[in-house]
This record gives sequence, C-alpha cells and structure tokens, in this order.
Amino acid sequence: MPSASPYHGPGFDFSNAVRNSFLQEKGIPLPKATSTGTTIVGCIYKDGVILGADTRATEGPIVADKNCEKIHFITESIRCCGAGTAADTEFTTASISSNMELHALSTGRQPRVVTAMTMLKQYLFRHQGHIGAALVLGGVDATGPHLFTVAPHGSTDKLPYVTMGSGSLAAMAVFETGWKPNMNREEGLALVTAAISAGIFNDLGSGSNVDACVITATHTEMLRNFVKPNERVEKERKYGFRRGTTAWKTENIRSLVVSEEVTPVGGEAMDTD
Amino acid sequence: MSIMEYNGGSVIAMVGKDCVAIASDLRLGNQALSISSNFQKIFPVTDRIYLGLPGLATDVTTLRERFRYRVNMYTIKEEREIEPETFAHLVSSTLYEHRFGQYFIEPVIAGLSKTPSGGVKPFIAATDIIGCLNFAKDFVVAGTASSKLFGVAEGLWEPDLEPEDLFETISQSLLNAVDRDAFSGWGAIVHVITKDKVTTRTLKGRMD
Repeated sequence: MPSASPYHGPGFDFSNAVRNSFLQEKGIPLPKATSTGTTIVGCIYKDGVILGADTRATEGPIVADKNCEKIHFITESIRCCGAGTAADTEFTTASISSNMELHALSTGRQPRVVTAMTMLKQYLFRHQGHIGAALVLGGVDATGPHLFTVAPHGSTDKLPYVTMGSGSLAAMAVFETGWKPNMNREEGLALVTAAISAGIFNDLGSGSNVDACVITATHTEMLRNFVKPNERVEKERKYGFRRGTTAWKTENIRSLVVSEEVTPVGGEAMDTD
Repeated sequence: MSIMEYNGGSVIAMVGKDCVAIASDLRLGNQALSISSNFQKIFPVTDRIYLGLPGLATDVTTLRERFRYRVNMYTIKEEREIEPETFAHLVSSTLYEHRFGQYFIEPVIAGLSKTPSGGVKPFIAATDIIGCLNFAKDFVVAGTASSKLFGVAEGLWEPDLEPEDLFETISQSLLNAVDRDAFSGWGAIVHVITKDKVTTRTLKGRMD
C-alpha cells in the first residue's frame, strides 16, 4: 500500500507488484535472479559437524561469481549452507542469525541448532515457498551435534549426512559409498571434500573451489577455499592496450584535493617572534 | 522480450592499482528504436563512490532519487560520508525490500574506501535485481551486454593497472562488447576514480 510517509514498517514492499504482474500478463517474462545452482553438504563426525560448499554462483548459463561464499554465519557454533535463489539464502540466514543473537541475549544461554531450524522452517513456511532458499543447517550445542536440511517450503530432515542443491545427487553418491559412523576429523573432511568435488566436476551448476567448516563443541573452524582444484593459470601474454588507443571526445577532471590560498589584505604581518 | 531489454544499456566496473573505473554506454531506447544518445546511467554518490544503474529507465530514475535520499539521511545521522562497503549493503537491502515486485535494475558500485593508515583501497560490487551482492576482486558487469562484457573483460583485465592503463582496458572492453549488443551503445562514458581526482571522459564509438 503506498503511503505518504517516507518511512515504512518492516517486511517486504509490494509497491511494484501491480506493475510487474501487469507486465507479466502482457507476456513479458520477469528476469531471472542470481541462483546458486549449488552443491552443499553436511556430515556428522565423531567430534561434531562438517559442512561443505562449492563457490560458483550462476545467472542462467552465465557464471556470475567464481568464488562466492555459501556457508553463512548463524551463531559461533551454528552455520548454514545455502542453495537456491542467492539473495534469499543470504538475507534469510542473516535475519535468522540476528534473531538467534537476540534470543541468546534474552535467554542468557547459547541457543540450540533446533531453535535455528525451527525459526528457518517457520519463516520459509510462512512465505509458502516464494522465498527460494534450500538450506543445510549444522552445528553443535548443549545437546550435541545436529544436522538438518530445510527445503524452500519449510519441511525439514534430520540425518547424519545430507546434500542439497543441483549437485546433491553427485554428492550423495559419494556419501552413500563412503560414509561410516564415528569418522575422525581427517576422514570426515576428506569425505566432504570428495562429495563437493563430485558436484564441482559433474554438475554444471557447481564449480570452482571447496569451502568447508568444521564445528566442534569448543571450536568452529571456517576453511575458506579449503581445496582449489580449478585455479586459473597465469596468462602467457599481456593484452594491455597502448596508452592513447581509445579515442575520446571530452574530458572533465574533478579534483578531490581541497586547497586554500591565503591572501593577506593590508596591514603589517603579525609579530610572532 | 525481457523487460531488461526494453530501454537497453550496460555498465562495467574494474579495479586497478589504487584506482577504480566505472563505465557505461549512453543509449536510451524504446525497444529497437533509439531515443537518446546522452542517457546517464552512472551517478556520483559521494566524491569517491559512483553507482551505475543499468536496466529499466523508469527504475533508473526512481532508484537514483531513492539512493540520494537514503545516502543523505545516512550522512545526516552519522555525521560522516558513507563508505563504499556500507553503501553496497544499502543498495542490496533496498533492492531486497522489493523482493516481491522488483525494480528492474542491476546496480554496479565502484569506489575507493579509506584504510586506517590514511590510504585508499579500491572497491567494486554488483548486485542482481533482488540485491544479491557480488564482491569481485577484478571486474563486475551488468546490463544487456553483460554476457559479452564478461567474455571480453575476462580476456583483457589484468591486475595492478595504473589509472591511464585501466582507462584503456575498461574503454576497450565496453566499446567492443556493446558493438556486439543491439540494445547498448550510442556513445560511452568512463569515470576513473583515484585518490585525488575523478577523470570523466566521453568516448568516440559507433552510433548504430
């Protein structure tokens, strides 16, 4: 509802919705948003939880970002991987992270993973799947390690190993062959890396590097670009243009240096000795 | 026909050595009919931040005013100039607020942020139409020629370019990409932002 006040309450602004649905009715398709056609995984091991993600963001067939971050901060000991509409995963996890901090402050305890999971599923269910966030939520709290998946419509799963995104089949194939209970840190990290790598190399929506996050009861270790199997080789030649290649018509230089000139007007200079 | 092609236009931003550059074409069209060859899509936000708004022209105007208002409010409340990182998040949340009923704009931000030691650090970012931020270390592109800009910039960009060399690289990237895009072109403008000056040049380009 448009209002005269420049301020408005919290929540989404639907002021363009009428215009946009009119355009859609006229047969003009709405443009696509950045999606993280993704591989994200999570896996419980002996001392806690390991999360993994690839780092490719796509816009249709175009790679929009070759090294984005898909493991989002919820609390110090809870993290969340996001797949689906990139903006939705970003803002949903940021909002829940904020509410978890307020929850911790008001209860005076470290909030649990189920609390984050419940907040996420209720938020997503309330929006009836219009917020396209598919999440893998993992962390360690007072009741031990926990791992969940949250689907865009708000349904959740609680499993010892999970995968999501367009590369979920490739990653799950690795988990199904390689997972065993009570793995140590090295085994767990190797399995998560192998699962993400399967997504990177076999799913076109996933690519670039492996991000991992190891969460234990006492410590959270974010392993950004843990493995970089697709590093760009240095260019053999430089393609720099000689100065003066580009013909230009007008030039305007805006100086950002503040200068001031003092002109003494009449009288003798002050005696400063 | 997508709504993003209704008016046409493209923007690119690149990082150099202690400098950034942002450039756009100057076309305003009504589908295939060109209306103007002097339609600005890049606007100064502060002395050291420039914002490019390619997309639907009505939203270019609306958002330009909206950001001017929000940046002014920030400056009054905080009693200091907004930093590029902060401004990028302001852009992002403004667009996400319109998650359902979007603005058809893909903003590009280029600026220099202050370092604690008193120097400057180049900053570029871009978002999609609903405000998903993309902080790139090399270059960002947006608009109807984005697919061409991606390819050409990936080939031409190299690290630590001096302002004059960055001007050539960004100009050639833009000019050659928009020549292969029917909805962009009709002249171009380039801003190179350095510590102590902003150089703005209009380029000679194809007018077809």
